[in-house]
Amino acid sequence: MHRSSEVKHVASYLNTRGCECFGQPCESHCPVLTDRTIHVQLKTFIKIRVKPDRTGVVTDGVKHSMNPFCEIAVEEAIKLKEKKLVKEVVAVSCGPQQVQETIRTALAMGADRGIHVEVSGKDYETLGPLQVSKIFAALAKKEQADLIILGKQAIDDDCNQTGQITAALLDWPQGTFASEMTLEADKLKVVREVDGGLETIKINLPAVVTADLRLNTPRYATLPNIMKAKKKKIANVKPADLGVDVCSRLEVLKVDEPPQRQAGVKVETVDDLVGKLKEAGRV
Amino acid sequence: MFISRDNIAPWQIACGLWRIISGFSLLLFQTQPQNVEYITIRTFIIIKTACKLNLIHSSSIGLTDEQKDFQKVAFDFAANEMAPHMAEWDLKEIFPVEAMRKAAQLGFGGIYVNPDVGGSGLSRLDTSIIFEALSTGCVSTTAYISIHNMCAWMIDTFGNNEQREKFCPDLCAMQKFASYCLTEPGSGSDAASLLTSATLQGDHYILNGSKAFISGGGDTDVYVVMCRTGGKGPKGISCLVVEKGTPGLSFGKKEKKVGWNSQPTRAVIFEDCAVPVINRLGAEGEGFSIAMKGLNGGRINIASCSLGAAHASVLLARDHMCVRKQFGETLSNSQFLQFKLAEMATKLVASRLLVRQAAVALQEGRPEAVSLCSMAKLFVTDECFSICNQALQIHGGYGYLKDYAVQQYVRDIRVHQILEGTNEVMRMIIARSLLTES
Repeated sequence: MHRSSEVKHVASYLNTRGCECFGQPCESHCPVLTDRTIHVQLKTFIKIRVKPDRTGVVTDGVKHSMNPFCEIAVEEAIKLKEKKLVKEVVAVSCGPQQVQETIRTALAMGADRGIHVEVSGKDYETLGPLQVSKIFAALAKKEQADLIILGKQAIDDDCNQTGQITAALLDWPQGTFASEMTLEADKLKVVREVDGGLETIKINLPAVVTADLRLNTPRYATLPNIMKAKKKKIANVKPADLGVDVCSRLEVLKVDEPPQRQAGVKVETVDDLVGKLKEAGRV
Repeated sequence: MFISRDNIAPWQIACGLWRIISGFSLLLFQTQPQNVEYITIRTFIIIKTACKLNLIHSSSIGLTDEQKDFQKVAFDFAANEMAPHMAEWDLKEIFPVEAMRKAAQLGFGGIYVNPDVGGSGLSRLDTSIIFEALSTGCVSTTAYISIHNMCAWMIDTFGNNEQREKFCPDLCAMQKFASYCLTEPGSGSDAASLLTSATLQGDHYILNGSKAFISGGGDTDVYVVMCRTGGKGPKGISCLVVEKGTPGLSFGKKEKKVGWNSQPTRAVIFEDCAVPVINRLGAEGEGFSIAMKGLNGGRINIASCSLGAAHASVLLARDHMCVRKQFGETLSNSQFLQFKLAEMATKLVASRLLVRQAAVALQEGRPEAVSLCSMAKLFVTDECFSICNQALQIHGGYGYLKDYAVQQYVRDIRVHQILEGTNEVMRMIIARSLLTES
């Protein structure tokens, strides 16, 4: 494929399966308490319940929204477009009809057009990173994308696999957990957040990048952009059109809630504590 | 992940009574209300009620996808940029210029102003939805933003092209802020009896008089002033745009208020203040009509602000009930409080419908619009104040502490029953419209 200094497409994969935050305090979308002032928690923390038949979690009536890491990915793509380093930003999402809302949010942030890959019903429930990556790889080839930016992981399943599998399927280099990325000619400099610190790599384009928390702060959609987004196109595609089989190779055996927190035990001395820990096999 | 346990009992019909069974979850940390972690933890709990109404999403019922997008931006902005600061803005009486400018960048500076002068060109219903969402973050700031919007709209609608181009772009971007000046020390409800005089001298009006209770007064740049250019009564009133810095324009002391503390309130004083004739909106004698038309929309906006506060208060009350324990169980087990909460939620949803109906009527220019706007303002400000007040009561002693947001909602929306036309004047308007029909 012709590698030009001007990147043609940036495709941003949006994960809409995420529900709005499990409530784990997370800088990007939980207000921080200051002093002792208790202000209103306005984020909609929905409690997740396991379905009675233990095959999954209840999704009825739970509002779905764009995965926070994917918001960061979209923001990065739009920043690149504003710097005139890329020509077009395409937002993609796989799922049922509701997914279009999320694509529209991306369009309102500044993406140029959207692609909705229709997956619904049983297929959607078993849709996992492998199938999504296959869809994505097929789309990337079809759209001749030069750069794919995704969120590093979805906050509902925490898989952290889609970016990596997509890169492998396309045989493209990958820059995952990116906290900084710079486009230099046809190479991409990515600063990755790894356990030991920060790693800077230079990869060739086309490439896959997954966005980490500190890559940027996503913008709000402005009212004029929301209205402009109405006119932007969202194309409908089926996995079969891309030659992708969404049949899952995994079978979920059961889904359980975490074990009940047991009552603690108070001990009198440190020796008692050590004794108890040894008894429980913890030490 | 957090721990949950469902005590789900089946529906029981006993003696013709439905029993609503609540499902509980154990807290990771069993805290008492005064623990700082309380607020982050308590939102993990929901009451499992018989009906599936998700209160958080009840405000999106019946909206188009685009309106839901507007609402989402407003909710996000309120949660991230306003709610964390609302207590500080109230305590320190800070006029949050930067936060409001950020809001203006999103298009909230001139929501129903024409796009050709920098506005967003949205409908009254869109505006109501946006203010309702923003108000959950800070009522006082949102109320000021709505007043600013009202002034920008008045200039956009009744001004000529020069006036629109001179003032509206800066107002929509909130580079400049606006104030609406109608009330005087001697004329509140009897607005048409205002005394501030504007005598024509050459190509200037010389203004003399004073305005009272002006929101933003002293800190804002553009003043839309209703003054007397002609004889007595409403037909003698004209509307002038006065800019800050005009010689003869001065301000009284900053008033100390019970609420609405994130916007300064001052008297605006005119002493031989010369205002160019080209700053007059519309013709002489049209000022009162312009003022009233501005207020129709203003009343919907104020009612919307009350809705947002009530919405937030109901959520706070619900969350508190799920955590606070007395007599060995959480307050959510008390049927009286369950019923109270149900009534609050019902009134909230009903109020919302009335406001949105009024907004649509105003947008479409229907003859009943003025009445509906008055009805909406009257009903909704009263009901929402009652909702917030009950939410405070449900909080018990904690509700009275400034550490808890519910008291700020109560204080902030109390004034909504008074300004932009007292609820008594609203009754006058509605009665008059009913009686002139027959």
